[in-house]
Amino acid sequence: MNTHSLVSIEDYTKEDIMEVLKSASEFEANPNQPLLEGKVVASLFFEPSTRTRLSFETAISRLGGRIVGFTDASSSSVTKGETLKDTIKMVDNYCDLIVMRHPVEGAARYASEVAVHPILNAGDGANQHPSQTMLDLYSIYKTQGTLENLTICMVGDLKYGRTVHSLLQAMSLFHPTFYFVSPESLKMPDAYKLHLNELNIPYYECRELDEAINKADILYMTRVQRERFADPLEYEKVKNVYILRNAMLANAKENMRILHPLPRVNEIDVDVDENPKAYYFEQARNGVFARQAIICKALGLK
Amino acid sequence: MSKKELQVSAIENGTVIDHIPADKLFSVINVLGLSSLDNPITFGTNLKSTKLGKKAIIKIWDKFLEDDEVNKLALVAPSAKINIIRDYEVVEKKKVNVPEKVEGIVKCMNPKCITNYEKVRTKFTVVNDSPIVLRCHYCEKLTDQEHMEII
Ligand SMILES: [Zn+2]
Repeated sequence: MNTHSLVSIEDYTKEDIMEVLKSASEFEANPNQPLLEGKVVASLFFEPSTRTRLSFETAISRLGGRIVGFTDASSSSVTKGETLKDTIKMVDNYCDLIVMRHPVEGAARYASEVAVHPILNAGDGANQHPSQTMLDLYSIYKTQGTLENLTICMVGDLKYGRTVHSLLQAMSLFHPTFYFVSPESLKMPDAYKLHLNELNIPYYECRELDEAINKADILYMTRVQRERFADPLEYEKVKNVYILRNAMLANAKENMRILHPLPRVNEIDVDVDENPKAYYFEQARNGVFARQAIICKALGLK
Repeated sequence: MSKKELQVSAIENGTVIDHIPADKLFSVINVLGLSSLDNPITFGTNLKSTKLGKKAIIKIWDKFLEDDEVNKLALVAPSAKINIIRDYEVVEKKKVNVPEKVEGIVKCMNPKCITNYEKVRTKFTVVNDSPIVLRCHYCEKLTDQEHMEII
């Protein structure tokens, strides 16, 4: 397997993370750098994700690279029954780097063992989405000036939300304190809590959002997705449990910022948007710089 | 016949796997691929055991379990005891150790895992050894002892 791939956030050490954040801030200061001139990047979206794809393709374009690929599996040979292995082997012949999103978990890890060129995982089912995690970390770093010793409050779907799981894994390297706010049926899975216990990282589970808001440096909101529920009644029960409204932020810490991986449904009321603590739109913008940094690291360009 | 000979019940050279929980006998046969061996093998099951309630025992003539086979055994029957017999004597007792990595033996219990879609050899790291919990190298999900299925 090639060691330059980014498949899981755990592929990065603490030093790797800090290196990428530093590089991302350089790209933010100076976004157009032709470091990918003459390089071809494959962008393989086996399932559609316009938001992630546009962010990656913008990052590639700002670096002067060329893009080949497909935007969903129906326009590729995958529908003809070709295996992932064969598709990756074919594309690997043509390009210098592969960005891929795939609905099957572990697909990107497997691809990184099949391909000669580095793989960047742009989401593999409910498993990992490390470039999202890096843009979250970059947003936290930018707004707090550090990743060390922060109190992170995660709200909403903590059971199925892969963004919170990856963020938890990454932040665990930086002595955090966690607050988990979720309905009973969407609690943080035991596996992650055991992981925190092993590392002696404090965490608190609460049912009320108000309890945690005033302690948080980062309030990380997530949406509750209908498709996660086998029982539609269960979804109806929990979808409106945690809605953040501006009035709830009156006693929040000065430095506190609200993050959300977007798109939101109704979990953040629009009256929060004007609050200077609302950071989710800028957060999305940070994605391009984080991805520029990730791409350059994968190719050893910076 | 001496008492010693009775205990090993006339296996001259080979391996005796004792203290297998009775309900794990077929898993052990599977994981060690015993059904494809030509060696003479005897099985005993539902034997009384003070520790396990009902235990099973397997005696394999002229086969000496290798370390990696012992490790496989650890996945399905960590309580098992292995005796290597030469000339009717127990010459070695092997401890069953849960390995750090498990490759190509266990199925990932996550139905959405790539290993359940394409022909990919499964790989796990052992994150806990009693009870055994495996973490998939591909999908990163856990497979526990209860859901462990031997390929
Ligand atoms: Zn798996």
